[in-house]
Amino acid sequence: MKFINLKRIITVVFLLCMAMVTNAQDTAKPNSDFMRSNGRSYVVIAVMLTILTGLVLYLIRLDRKLSKLEKD
Amino acid sequence: MTDRKNYMYKSWWKITCILLLVFTFSFGLLVKIPDLPALEQTSRNLFFHVAMWMAMMTLFTISVINAVRYLRTFNLKYDIYARQFAAIGILFGILGYSTGAIWMTYTWADPNNPTFQSFQALAREPKLIGAAIALLIYFAYMVLRDSINDLDKRARISAVYNIFAYAMLFPTIWIIPRLLPSLHPGQEGNPALNFKDVTPALRLVELPAFIGWTLLGVWIATVRIRINLLKEKKMAQ
Repeated sequence: MKFINLKRIITVVFLLCMAMVTNAQDTAKPNSDFMRSNGRSYVVIAVMLTILTGLVLYLIRLDRKLSKLEKD
Repeated sequence: MTDRKNYMYKSWWKITCILLLVFTFSFGLLVKIPDLPALEQTSRNLFFHVAMWMAMMTLFTISVINAVRYLRTFNLKYDIYARQFAAIGILFGILGYSTGAIWMTYTWADPNNPTFQSFQALAREPKLIGAAIALLIYFAYMVLRDSINDLDKRARISAVYNIFAYAMLFPTIWIIPRLLPSLHPGQEGNPALNFKDVTPALRLVELPAFIGWTLLGVWIATVRIRINLLKEKKMAQ
């Protein structure tokens, strides 16, 4: 029932703001910082971790909802 | 109400999903990729970022099919199906958006990239705006559906809205971004799906990745559907 709750809005805004946060590192020279080393393979790792975090957070929320449902 | 022979209760496709994702995560990191100076190793995001959007598209398609099925039969079961598949579609859309944000920061939206000018160029990126509009339309679907208390009215209105939302997906993410200049690849055709820009080795991992992620989305959605069917059964008692 409750689709609009504060926590959810904050999560969405946080995820959508990721672009700006990561964009702030504009002083970096090519191939000199961590994310650009090793043929930028850490970008792939970051993407994989984002997906994993997103799915795990979602499943935790679903789990909590189900526990609540089971209680009453 | 719940039919034991329903595909939701079968485990073969869940095992397939796990195997395909294991394949994606292992061979996805090992497969030889074409040497592109602008992308380097980030080409491997094809199996993650692009797969998110494929899964989203499939889940929204299943959602609209169930909306139509509801309108044909007026069986409330299909309304629950449509809602839960749309919810997981949104989840994958958000994941696609955030992974895209990370990817572009180190490739085309990079201050070191000569074709990229400023943050303004990013804000005008038609593909980003289009995808955001498509997701917002589906957010509105959730708000609309969950704000109506009458069961039949809720199901009927949200099923009709779902069809409109699905129809809006095509102009916002498939048509308009291709008509406007963009930094995002995939201007000239179907990115990742045509045979020109994907090598056979990439394709070998790409298709299992797309299917695996989509099945994972379907899996989560069916779990939610089962919870909601149970909730309804409990309420009816």
